[in-house]
Amino acid sequence: MEQRKFIVEINHLYKSYRRGSQILPVLQDITLDIAEGEFLALMGPSGSGKSTLLNLIAGIDKADSGSVRVGGLDITALSETELAQWRHSHVGFIFQFYNLIPVLTAFENVELPLLLSGLSRKERKEHARMALRIVNLADRMEHYPSQLSGGQQQRVAIARAVVTDPVILVADEPTGDLDRVSAKETLDLMERLVHELGKTIIMVTHDPRAAEKAHIVRELDKGVLNADIQAGH
Amino acid sequence: MNIPFSYSLRNLWTRRLTTVLTASGMALVVFVFASVLMLAEGLRKTLVETGAYDNVVVIRKGSHSEVMSGIDRLQASIVETQPEISIGENGKRLLAKEIVVLVNLSRRGSDKPAMIQVRGIGEASLPLRPQVQLTAGRLPRPASFEIIAGANIAKRYKGGGLGETLRFALSDWTVVGIFDAGNTGYSSEIWGDADQLMRAFRRPVYSSVLFKLRSSSDFQGFKELVESNPRFTLEAKRETQYYADQSEMMSNFLSLLGLSLTTIFSLGAVVGAMITMYAAVANRTGEIGTLRALGFRRRNILMAFLIESLLLGLTGGLVGLFFASFMQLLTISTMNWQTFSELAFSFSLTPEIVGQTLFFSLAMGFIGGVLPAFRAARMNIVDALRAA
Repeated sequence: MEQRKFIVEINHLYKSYRRGSQILPVLQDITLDIAEGEFLALMGPSGSGKSTLLNLIAGIDKADSGSVRVGGLDITALSETELAQWRHSHVGFIFQFYNLIPVLTAFENVELPLLLSGLSRKERKEHARMALRIVNLADRMEHYPSQLSGGQQQRVAIARAVVTDPVILVADEPTGDLDRVSAKETLDLMERLVHELGKTIIMVTHDPRAAEKAHIVRELDKGVLNADIQAGH
Repeated sequence: MNIPFSYSLRNLWTRRLTTVLTASGMALVVFVFASVLMLAEGLRKTLVETGAYDNVVVIRKGSHSEVMSGIDRLQASIVETQPEISIGENGKRLLAKEIVVLVNLSRRGSDKPAMIQVRGIGEASLPLRPQVQLTAGRLPRPASFEIIAGANIAKRYKGGGLGETLRFALSDWTVVGIFDAGNTGYSSEIWGDADQLMRAFRRPVYSSVLFKLRSSSDFQGFKELVESNPRFTLEAKRETQYYADQSEMMSNFLSLLGLSLTTIFSLGAVVGAMITMYAAVANRTGEIGTLRALGFRRRNILMAFLIESLLLGLTGGLVGLFFASFMQLLTISTMNWQTFSELAFSFSLTPEIVGQTLFFSLAMGFIGGVLPAFRAARMNIVDALRAA
């Protein structure tokens, strides 16, 4: 078997939350490698720590101990400012409820992350248009989120996630708020991002149909990672 | 790069009703704030424009205004012979020995009395004040019971119109002319022959001596001469300074009163803005989390909410200023406490007041928005996203 490069390497990761004087362990000794171009699904019951793990990989939460290396860089050692910069250029976010900014048009929502890059207005415009073409919404650029269906909103969110050309995409229940048809469209689109653009996707989901699309499904239970389950691919 | 300006602007537009209500509260305060400043400025302008830079007013030392001053005939005559005084076209000195007394007159349409300044003038009084124009009738003849009335008096006081008679100093005085002195204090005065008025009021002394300098630079020398010579108990001021001093107390009082009042009012408006902004932050917690996750920093979030609040303040400021600008159409009449006489003046809007008012409204927006903006900036990303 061909040796693949790991884009995410997690080593002995611990995370707990404090509630009053009580300390609740959320993740315990997680060790996980994710290869480049992988489509990984994290499953497990509510409260098992899958979203927390996703947040730690995406650099929006801090671990208690252990390391998360993404593309060789230990992001647990970064300062808050460095982390913000790193997220901007390395991570694309896909949320359950799309999290588009309601007062900005589809185009402006997609352009938003590019404002943090050094691109000129013209370049930003080109990049945002291209991202919207990838998700097949070039004709809805001037629409506000409230004028789009759930599926369309999620596609705008995906365009926003890929517009900075990040190495990993993190998706938290991307189909959780969608009807069957839109969910399928969204998953097909994510699959295309993996196959055609070589993106690595880490997805938290409850939806078995979503998990089917993934190459690898890992299950978390009470903060502990179970053994591999290879999906049908 | 920051979160785009349009984000803040459109959020205000999206919750139009709240924005309008909050901005209206601010506009009301701004209206009061601007009006008070305009009032103080109008008063100052009216009194200051009354004077001319090259004219010198001589009054008794220590008296703040002509009304309280007294200059005996000898001292007035010595002043009259000084070389600093300009010579008029007719070869005579441009100098007027004047007397100012206060009389009680009733307003038209009511019996409420008000104190009016009556000025006894000399031959040079009119040439010394080119802003004073006779608009109807003629000048009073010397040694007669004739007077001319300022435009405000003619309009607002009983018996002040052309051809009417006024009664004071136990005599009837016929108004033979009306003069207009524009926006100056003279428009609220009655003028008559100085000697005739001194006789009528049984006053042996002049109130002031007014003259024009031959050369503007002569002022300091003249002032030193008059104020250091022990023969004189006089002081000399440029006419502009004399009127500026007169307006100072009232203008300062108005500003102080107005500013203390608006400061108290503004607390309400600031609290209103704060509630609005806290609500905005609470409603957009998920958005804040998203923006942070996308890589925007805490200070970007802080700025976006602060800009929103500043825009809210600016809106209130512009609306308040717009309505306050209509106050310029109003003329009000009040007692000038320095001379105890009636003075009519208008609200006056200057670029400086526009600047101060906008600064004030932005300050309200800033104070109202700073705490909510800090709350938004300090949010934890994961908690904020969970609230979405």
